[in-house]
Amino acid sequence: MRFTKDHEWVELSGDIATIGISAYAANALGDVVFVETPEIGKAVKAGDGFAVVESVKAASDVYAPVSGEVVEANGALSDTPEMVNQDPEKDAWFAKVRVSDPAEVEALMDRDAYEAFLATL
Amino acid sequence: MQSVGRPTQPQAVSATPDTLTGARGLLQDEVLIFELGGWDKTGVDLAEPELDASDLGDLVRVEPIGLPGLSEPETLRHYVRLSQKNHAIDLALYPLGSCTMKHNPRLNEKMARLAGFADIHPLQPQSTVQGAIELMDELSHWLKTLTGMPAVALSPKAGAHGELCGLLAIRAAHVARGDARKRVLVPTSAHGTNPATAAFVGYLVEEIAQTDDGRVDLGDLEAKLGPDVAAIMVTNPNTCGLFERDVIEIARLTHSAGAYFYCDGANFNAIVGRVRPADLGVDAMHINLHKTFSTPHGGGGPGAGPVVLSEALAPYAPAPWIVHGEDGYSLDEAPAGAFGRMCAFHGQMGMFVRALAYMKSHGTDGLRQVAEDAVLNANYIKARLSPVMSAAFTGPCMHEALFTDAWLEGTGVTTLDFAKAMIDEGFHPMTMYFPLVVHGAMLIEPTETESRNELDRFCDAVLKLASAARSGDADRFKGAPFHAPLRRLDETRAARKPVLKCPPPG
Repeated sequence: MRFTKDHEWVELSGDIATIGISAYAANALGDVVFVETPEIGKAVKAGDGFAVVESVKAASDVYAPVSGEVVEANGALSDTPEMVNQDPEKDAWFAKVRVSDPAEVEALMDRDAYEAFLATL
Repeated sequence: MQSVGRPTQPQAVSATPDTLTGARGLLQDEVLIFELGGWDKTGVDLAEPELDASDLGDLVRVEPIGLPGLSEPETLRHYVRLSQKNHAIDLALYPLGSCTMKHNPRLNEKMARLAGFADIHPLQPQSTVQGAIELMDELSHWLKTLTGMPAVALSPKAGAHGELCGLLAIRAAHVARGDARKRVLVPTSAHGTNPATAAFVGYLVEEIAQTDDGRVDLGDLEAKLGPDVAAIMVTNPNTCGLFERDVIEIARLTHSAGAYFYCDGANFNAIVGRVRPADLGVDAMHINLHKTFSTPHGGGGPGAGPVVLSEALAPYAPAPWIVHGEDGYSLDEAPAGAFGRMCAFHGQMGMFVRALAYMKSHGTDGLRQVAEDAVLNANYIKARLSPVMSAAFTGPCMHEALFTDAWLEGTGVTTLDFAKAMIDEGFHPMTMYFPLVVHGAMLIEPTETESRNELDRFCDAVLKLASAARSGDADRFKGAPFHAPLRRLDETRAARKPVLKCPPPG
């Protein structure tokens, strides 16, 4: 699993990247009340906003950590947004993207680097 | 001598009994208005209308309309009871940062109720409302003079509506020169309405990073500007309560990229009478009459967000345009060049009257002092609270003082808990968790209308709460408010499982 400085995680399996937000982000947001996942077929570019997560505190964009095409979205999140607080780094994935350049994933932080980054915040 | 009297002194009692009805003395418990009235009642005596054949066909309503039936006193009492549970600027300080909750002078109300302003209709012949149009013209003159801008559109009905007006004018200017653009740049500390407005107009929104001292990062701005950028939207002073000291350079960079500078005027109260936005290079700015110019917020009356426009944008200002000709005043409802209109009529007339009354009763020197005192009061609060609470940025602030929640670390008390405990102490909480760039933000804006006494009363209460939080009295905060009409509301459940429908009539 790799992480971005904006607290998204991505896990690559073949050319399919599963994307979500980190436990740190879920905790910082507080109780999540709404999630908007991207449409299937949407072309995304690394760094672009591609989903929205809203808590009682704030609405935040979720940025695509990699470029590619959305092939699946986690529909369960619209009815049970609390999953993002309960299991942010597994069941509460936001979307799966067919990546156009797997090297983009390699360039992101691994867990040790991400935790070191969190320690600086 | 009269021998029959009544007891005049209270008797000692051993306990305080609960009331039999659940009411708390003269503070009435109040249900929703839909739970109050019967569906089959009506409070007015109107003749049954004779129904002509309708053009609506099968769209004619056959179900009951579902409005509660209440008499006038029942209706009046319902809203007065609700108002007794509310907080208002007429009750105490209202330190909601970025909202400029200042006193609404009663002189404004008196002027707004003059029949020539209050009892006119927008479809009346213009010859019969010359005074009202003249008032709009005079208000325009004041707004243009205070901002240094050549044109103003009075009709936008709130700040965000003004942003929409400004961006529509910018889009029209670009389209007119065959240079339609795609992106709008917004700093991370912006009001949420800025990116929302840009997206609503159809632009892609991109964030500009912030420097460590809470201001626009010029390097990042320069990197993101390009031939497809339509505008930047900057609030000055910004939502961290800081003046964007590089604003002239921001304007220069923006203009050299062919983009326009939209300024969010929500914080104009900090600089009114001292700084003219035109001199900073601003192309469009909305002015919240309900903030800077003391007209009521929310339930006290609608907002009003006139937009001043630069020479470049003025030709695209929305209708109506006020014209002062030989035959007096008139409203041009279809000027060539206007991008359209913002609303059916001419804007919030009652707010125009109130704002002009405020301007004329203060004069330009008085308005200058408004800004100075607003900044002084915020710095007084910042100075009194900073020894205990953690200021987000060092140095003096403008009209609002911003704190982080770093000082609460280890106490078990959050910004939300602290805000709720302030209700128990009789104060409306400050703005919390905004701006988003600061952790656990607490944003305090006292405005110039508070006296030294009231500022001290507020600071004393906050400092007492702060020392309670730090001495381990977390229970006082976790369960707060204890003394409000309602206890802590479950915001999460309200957002996840909202109950949006009242029971149907039947």
